[in-house]
Amino acid sequence: MTKAKIKKDHLKLIFDRLKTSHRIIGPKVEGNVIVLAEIADLRDIPAGCKEQQGRGTYRLGKNSSQLSVASSQIFSFSVGPDSFKRFMSPPVRENFAFKKSKKGISISQNSSQVREISTAFIGMRACDIAALRLLDKVFLEGPVKDAGYDSLRRNSLIVGINCLYPGDNCFCSSMDTGPVIRDGFDMAVTELDDSFLLEIGTVRGREILNGLPIDEVSDKDLSEKVSKIEKCKKMIKKSIKVSELPWLIYRNLEHPRWADVAGRCLACGNCTQVCPTCFCNSSYDNLQLSGISKKLPELSGARIRTWDSCFSTNFARVHGGNFRPSRRARYRQWMSHKLAYWIDQFGSPGCVGCGRCITWCPVGIDITQELEALHAR
Amino acid sequence: MKRPRIGVFKFTSCDGCQLTILNMEDEILDILELFDIAYFREATDKPLRGQFDISIVEGSISTDWQKEDIVDIRERSRHLITIGACATSGGLQALRNWASLSSYKKHVYPSPDMITALSTSTPISDHVYVDYELWGCPINKDALSETLISFLIGKRPGIPRYSLCMECKRHGIPCILVSNGEPCLGPITKAGCGALCTSFERPCYGCFGPKDDANIESLMRYFHNLGLTQKDCISLLDKMNSYAYRKVRIEGSK
Repeated sequence: MTKAKIKKDHLKLIFDRLKTSHRIIGPKVEGNVIVLAEIADLRDIPAGCKEQQGRGTYRLGKNSSQLSVASSQIFSFSVGPDSFKRFMSPPVRENFAFKKSKKGISISQNSSQVREISTAFIGMRACDIAALRLLDKVFLEGPVKDAGYDSLRRNSLIVGINCLYPGDNCFCSSMDTGPVIRDGFDMAVTELDDSFLLEIGTVRGREILNGLPIDEVSDKDLSEKVSKIEKCKKMIKKSIKVSELPWLIYRNLEHPRWADVAGRCLACGNCTQVCPTCFCNSSYDNLQLSGISKKLPELSGARIRTWDSCFSTNFARVHGGNFRPSRRARYRQWMSHKLAYWIDQFGSPGCVGCGRCITWCPVGIDITQELEALHAR
Repeated sequence: MKRPRIGVFKFTSCDGCQLTILNMEDEILDILELFDIAYFREATDKPLRGQFDISIVEGSISTDWQKEDIVDIRERSRHLITIGACATSGGLQALRNWASLSSYKKHVYPSPDMITALSTSTPISDHVYVDYELWGCPINKDALSETLISFLIGKRPGIPRYSLCMECKRHGIPCILVSNGEPCLGPITKAGCGALCTSFERPCYGCFGPKDDANIESLMRYFHNLGLTQKDCISLLDKMNSYAYRKVRIEGSK
């Protein structure tokens, strides 16, 4: 069995099954935004909501006829600011605790840091799953494995959902990462008119369905999925010509557009924080006054790792200064890493086309437009 | 180890940052064990005497005699740290830097003639060399303890210079600027407060001053597009860090 079908009402059965053995992370409304958070009840999912995303704007609303979302649709919304990154490579994490004395330094790892509770991610999109695969390359496939990421990653179960209503800033189809989920899932769900089509990716995905009332999948169901995905692709408005990368950027490292974007860029780092693949982080030693002994150098503390951003002036600071003192240099670094250096480094662009950096940039800088502008001489 | 001598000094300010020290209830005993608080009028009546390893200065310079006092304090100090918006950027009282002193005096005091003050309120760094500046209105107590520790063990204080947005995103706070069009100063303001206002769905009003390389002009253009007038935009910046924001804005437009 690789495919099955359940009635719309039976989604709750899957949810309840998962809940017995997993912490469930999924889409939930907080403030006026759909975030990813722990959900206790299937009703937490903002069924039928549709947001309008623009350059630097996000407005959540109940869907209306003008948004042309079918009234029975549950997964009608698109991605919010959060992605897997928040959970697999958490924003703040203790790497280890240390104690320094005359005898030397002793290091201890807090075992409770490594969360052994299995986590089920429900409602993840194709772009996010593609981004997770990129994070795997960074954290797991390099010379050194990131132990924390590894354990969180292995304890996760991924229930993806095929996008049928893309966001206004999406361009996954041109990055070849969506809207349909092709791999990297335990279960992939497509919301048909009166049922859910389930595709099983792993044994763990299949086990969820054990004993649940499932139906056979007909050819009609599969063609309904294909036509819905095609319809979604047509709704995607933005694109990037991947075939031009990385050379469009390498040829234009001194293009006047970089200075133009630096005039608008706030260097606030929002794009990097919402990006599902931006993995940069910094470490610092957290010392408390109580951990310092009058008999210096005796002291104790913890090494903390936090998300950082190439837009921070301190990020590329070394003895003597920063390699990239201007916003022009920092914006160029960010975009060039995403769309050019990443290809050399990891074999594919570091962008999955989720459009988050466009929506959550306070001044609405659009990476697809900035790239396009490099064509102009 | 001899405990480093600390002096806490105050100029024109509300005392809130000094109170932050007294509010460090969990740390105060550790501070007393590690440091010798040799002068701190808010807490003790020890007279001003001798030299200090670390001088902690609150408040801005806004009278003639303060200009002389700060030079004296600097001469007595191995290290000088300023704490708070007043000492680091002139404070709310620096609003008079863009207006006439007499008009402010007239509005505030019944007998303005009795008030002797400079026509400007300026940060400590305009007068003497400052070793380290702690921003905030008031300062964050964790940042102060990090700074004291850093002086004690000889490291650079790890205090953020990036935007408040970074702190919001770490905490997972939904952005009210993007999702609600609220004029929030987060993108141009230093992190460090723990995203206090934004976690209550209130826009940031810039207690921690301009972040490194703040692009104020671009954010103001955006606010203007939201429907704010030029005057609204300026009054957003004209708070406790007015002097610093205006300075960065002028330098940025050059």
